[in-house]
Formats: sequence, structure tokens, C-alpha cells
Amino acid sequence: MTAPFELTDDSVVVVIGTGAGGGVLANELAQKGVSVVALEAGGRYLPEDYVNDEWESFGQLAWLDPRTTSGDWRVAKDFSGLPAWIVKAVGGTTTHWAGASIRFQDHEWKALTNYGEVEGASLLDWPIDPREMDDYYDKAEKKLNVTRTNGNPGLPGNNNYKVFEAGAKKLGYTEVHTGRMAINSRDDQDRLMCQQTGFCFQGCKWGAKWSSAYTDIPEGEATGNLEVREKAHVARILHNEAGKVTGVEYFDENGDLQMQKARVVCVAGNSFESPRMLLNSASNMFPNGLANSSDQVGRNYMRHMTGSVYAVFDKPVKMWRGTTMAGIIQDESKHDPSRGFVGGYELETLSLGLPFMAAFLDPGAWGREFTTALDEYENMAGMWIVGEDMPQSTNRVTLNSEVKDQFGLPVANVHFDDHPNDIAMRNHAYDRGTAIYDAVGATRTFPTPPYPSTHNLGTNRMSENPEDGVCNKWGQTHDIANLFISDGSQFTTGAAENPTLTIVALAIRQADHIAGELSAGNI
Amino acid sequence: MLSTQTRQLRRLTRRDLLKGTTAFGAFVLGSSYVAGAGGAWATEMDALKPETFATLVQMARDIYPHDRIADEYYVAAVKGYDKPEEVDAITAGIDALNDAARNMHELEYADIGWERDRVDVLRSMEDDPFFQRIRGGLVTGLYNQKAVWPVFGYEGESFSKGGYINRGFDDIAWIG
Ligand SMILES: Cc1cc2nc3c(=O)[nH]c(=O)nc-3n(C[C@H](O)[C@H](O)[C@H](O)COP(=O)(O)OP(=O)(O)OC[C@H]3O[C@@H](n4cnc5c(N)ncnc54)[C@H](O)[C@@H]3O)c2cc1C
Ligand code: SF4
Repeated sequence: MTAPFELTDDSVVVVIGTGAGGGVLANELAQKGVSVVALEAGGRYLPEDYVNDEWESFGQLAWLDPRTTSGDWRVAKDFSGLPAWIVKAVGGTTTHWAGASIRFQDHEWKALTNYGEVEGASLLDWPIDPREMDDYYDKAEKKLNVTRTNGNPGLPGNNNYKVFEAGAKKLGYTEVHTGRMAINSRDDQDRLMCQQTGFCFQGCKWGAKWSSAYTDIPEGEATGNLEVREKAHVARILHNEAGKVTGVEYFDENGDLQMQKARVVCVAGNSFESPRMLLNSASNMFPNGLANSSDQVGRNYMRHMTGSVYAVFDKPVKMWRGTTMAGIIQDESKHDPSRGFVGGYELETLSLGLPFMAAFLDPGAWGREFTTALDEYENMAGMWIVGEDMPQSTNRVTLNSEVKDQFGLPVANVHFDDHPNDIAMRNHAYDRGTAIYDAVGATRTFPTPPYPSTHNLGTNRMSENPEDGVCNKWGQTHDIANLFISDGSQFTTGAAENPTLTIVALAIRQADHIAGELSAGNI
Repeated sequence: MLSTQTRQLRRLTRRDLLKGTTAFGAFVLGSSYVAGAGGAWATEMDALKPETFATLVQMARDIYPHDRIADEYYVAAVKGYDKPEEVDAITAGIDALNDAARNMHELEYADIGWERDRVDVLRSMEDDPFFQRIRGGLVTGLYNQKAVWPVFGYEGESFSKGGYINRGFDDIAWIG
């Protein structure tokens, strides 16, 4: 079914990465008749390959190439070589993701206007109006078959949800439900309904959860317009004397360097690799890297303000049974500065299996304070906190030339310091999360620190003004008309919501734009 | 790894456990065996001195003490250090642990009777790379052994059983 394109074919659009952004963009373009070569560093794994085992699955799917860290975030201490938990595989991190799919709130598209200047933060408004996104959100929800949209029922609440909901109601929260999830609540789109296996983070073996690996990618391939080359690791993007990109160099699965010509290049390697590729593509003409005349490539890294609260009860919960993240409280997601911070946060159910709980409950801890907590694993409930963090120009992905990857390329160093607004918001959320569980009889609670980042945003951000960011409202780089940013790195600000629905909506929108520009002969 | 362990354990009978106790009720059996009190576990040493390994096992339990987890799982968790290329590093680390133990309690580490006194010794070397390496390795070495999961109630893989859709994903009874 795949359409083999020649390396010398300079009419193709090259998409780098096949996750939420790249996988969707590649399919959407292919559906419109555009020829696409998608280059993916990872291999191809499908539901029959996924394993219901946390560490084994991590070894199978996670991005484990070296990275380094700096800054005051605790991840730099606890997981210094693993700043993010993301995937290297066809389908990208949509194999691991939990499926929470919520729209931005209107005010979040205009963070600078609505929050005002925040000291130390590099806040901006998105160059997009919320109403421009309505249709694209509709399309994204349809594609992902999100529960509580398009007539889909919500998922049933599992044990972990029931504890969470009861506590939330006792505190008077009203926007509490089993979430808008990209998980089938009934058999649909040739995919099964959720079987409540509880291994959403390890790849859904039933295919109930949306992942581009087994939806958009094969749909695109079926058109004959999309060729996905797996185990193809892009090293750099090439350009001509006119400053237009002309192709990409990548290492194929044998480690041999290849060059694919291109009419347009779209970068969707997630928020560390995308800026790293641009920076590693520095040339005489662009000594600071591609699309970097603003010096904004790699800056304004956002990871969402996160944390977790786990609680132990005197009776069993068995939180691992059933959907990992089908539960949400939205009451705190509003912007209400009277709480002592700008922006808001969501509370979502979360469960980890025993092996991950041991690694993430309190990294580095040991002794009985820690082990007595794990002893009560069966009686634990858990939630995750996800809120808007402040972009800061010093939170930044740079090249670390001291450390090279398996291809000899400088790796990404990820620097992150919490902003005081992030800390104030996290403390507020810890307090509310603890209160929720206390209200239903928790005997012990754990305000758990952030894990390696799962939401990575902002390192090639959109801006109205070319000096403030890397790309325009279409994800097209300000400097190079035929170079696009197509993943979460184009986010201007993070909003409180899990990002993927918005990444997908932006990819659908970008496909419309690119197809239009191609047929108009503008690129 | 565990299954070979277990097989080795089975091969040893109570009668093999002859030599006197040296460490916390672990028996050093000649030059290449070490066994737990009462024959609960025993393992053949490939490279480390039995005393060294026995102390390492005690250290592992003191770092992540779970009273309902038998010694054999701690043994399995650290058995990977019993190889020639690790001997120097592990021996030096355990020697340092014993030095600290003698300084603080005038006893070898494994001879200290109370866990809290042994933990004091561990705290004193908490930032040492040796301690951190052993601790870090245990996070997966201990908790990723499927055989210990039932102690915590964790059920592991569920796909082959059809998930929990008909097996109690929402069976909590005590919440309103
Ligand atoms: C455990 C977990 C749970 C999550 N849950 C949710 C959730 O419930 N809701 C939500 O909205 N989001 C969730 N996320 C986040 C979500 O997965 C990401 O936001 C989303 O997948 C990011 O899309 P992306 O296109 O930016 O990058 P990715 O999906 O990570 O795709 C990037 C791809 O690019 C490839 N790549 C990188 N560099 C190169 C290179 N040089 N050459 C070739 N290919 C390259 C990578 O291998 C990868 O396949 C979760 C993430 C994790 C880890
Ligand atoms: S709980 Fe549902 S969505 Fe999650 S892995 Fe299982 S079947 Fe898939």
C-alpha cells in the first residue's frame, strides 16, 4: 500500500515525526492528494506488539537516546538523563498517551491580554482567535472519537474515579465527570470499545484508544500518497542559496546517511527534537540554526505545571483497574487571580502500576516512610494535576556539544526553572487534591512531585511578531516559507488543558493551509 | 533471573546449612554459598565473597523494608552484582559500610541488631555513589519482580483476561 517516493523526488512534503502532530498532518495531506514522505526515528509497533508491563513497554517504546538537563526542577536531579517521557515509534507519543482531550478555554488563547504582564514570564497572545479554532476542534474531536462529543457517551467510572468523584462532590465541585477521552466508549470506527484493561500508558492492545499509529498512519498509506519510513532519524534540514529548504539528511535503519529532497519540510519531532533539529541544521547562511533569526528556537519551553496526589484509605481501591485517566475536575481551570496565581489547572484521575509507583511516588526516597506507603498500594487512589505554566525565555532547549548521540550529533540539553506562578499553582493544587481525598477518609496523602515531562511545548512558538517567536499562525516559520512547525513546539502558551487535541486540531488546520499554498504555487 | 535463583534454592536442603551464623542470621556456607536463616534462601556465589553478599542483601532490605517480602526476592534483586567485574566496587562499598557501622555502633553492619541503628549507618552514607547505585538498582530490581506484585495486591497484565470490564473495574463498595 505504501507509496515509494524517490530520494530525488523534490515534489514531496517531508514530515519529520509521526506523532500527534506529524501523523495527523501526514494523513490529512495525503487525503488531499499531496505526496508525503514521513520520516520516523522509531520503529513500528501495533496493538498486538504492545505489552501490559510498565518497564518492558517503556523499553519498547520510550525515547531513550541521550539528553541532558539543568535548572532547579526536581526532574533534573531525579531523572537527569530523562527530562521527558515520550515515545520513539511510528505514532509517537500517541501510543503512550492517556487520551484526555479537552479544548482550550477562550481566554487561554490570549494569555498576555487576559493575565497581563507577569514578571519573569515571556507571555504572549496566540496569533489565533478562538473562533478560528472551533471548526478544527470539531474535526479533531470527530477524528479522535472523543467521549462526550459527537453523541458518544462518557466512559464508565472505575474505582479510582469513584473515590475522586465522591471527594470532589463533598468539596462542592460541580464540573466532575469521566472526562472527554479519545477512547471509544462503544465500538466505533472499526475499533473496539474500552475493555478497562488499565494499561493506557503502555499502548492500548484493544485499539480502543486513538493513536495515530493505527488510525491516521494506515489511512494515509492507503491513499497511496503517503510513505512512512521508519527507523529514519533526521539529522539536519538542508537549504539552498535562496534560503529555502530543499530536503533533509537522515540516518536510515542501517545507520547510513540518506538525503531526501523536499518541496516543503514540516518538523514534528516533539518539543526537544524539533528545536534540536533546527539548531543542528546551522549553516554559513544561518549560523544560529534554521528559522532562528529571532534567537527564539528552543526558548520558552513549557511542560505544564504538574504534580500528583496519591492517598491511602483503610479499604481497597485497586486504582489500576480500568482506564488510566478517565476522570476530571474542571472547577479550578478558570483564571481567578484571587487564588494567588494566573491561569488555572485541571485535576484528572491517574493510576500507576506498582513498578512505576515505586519509581515515581517519591523519587530517591527510601526507608519505612516510603515502603509503608507502597505496602498500601492496593488501598491507594491517585490524581494528576495539570495546569498552565509560565513561558520563560531562559527555560530552554540548547545543544549540548559535550554529549553526542549514537549518530555523533550533539544532544538536547533541557533547562527548566519553575516560575513562582507555577509553584503557587502547584501548592494550591496539592492542597485541593489532598482535601478531596481527606473528605472521603484518606488516612495518608502524598503530594507527589512532577514526573519526567509528558507534555512538552513552546520551543518553536507561534507569534504575531517575527521577533517574538519562530512561526506564524499557520506554523510556517517566519524566516523560511517552506519550513513548518507541526507539533506541540509551536504552542505560544500552554493553557491548562492536556495539549494533544489542540496539536491535532492545529495539524488539520495546517494541512488545509499547506495544501492551499501548494496549489496556489506560493510554496 | 528469579527462576534460576529459585531452582538453586530448591537444590539446597536444610542439612546443607551447616556453618554458623555470621550475619543477621544469614549463613555463610563454605566459600561459595550463602543462605538465609532456617534455609529460607540460599544461593551460590559466582564472584563475591559470601559475607559481602549477605551484607548487601541486608542493606537492600534496610533500604526498602517490606516485612511481607521474603529474603529470596532481595537476593534476586542484588544477585546481578555477583560477577567478576563488580567485585571491586561492591567489596569497597560494603567495606565502607562496615567501617561506618563500626564507627557508629562498634559492630559490623549486619551484626547490628536493630533496623533503626542500621538505618542510621545508611543515612550517614546516603549521598555516596555506592549507596545511590544500590538504591537506584533496587527500584527496578525489587519492584519489577512479578513474583512480589501479589504482596502489594497488584495484578499485573490484564489483557489476556479480557481487561477488567467484567472483572471488577468498578467494584469498589465502600464509597458512596
Ligand atoms: C504517559 C503519557 C500520557 C499522556 N497523556 C496525554 C493525555 O491524556 N492527553 C493529552 O492531550 N496528551 C497526553 N500526553 C501527551 C501527548 O502524548 C503529546 O502531547 C503528543 O503526543 C505530542 O505530539 P507531538 O506531535 O508534539 O510529538 P510526539 O507525539 O512525541 O511525536 C514525535 C515523533 O517524532 C519522532 N522524532 C523525533 N525526532 C526525530 C528525528 N530526528 N527524526 C525522525 N523522527 C523524529 C519521534 O520518534 C516521535 O515519534 C501524554 C504523554 C505521555 C507520555
Ligand atoms: S483501559 Fe481502555 S483505553 Fe486504556 S488500554 Fe485498556 S482498553 Fe485501552
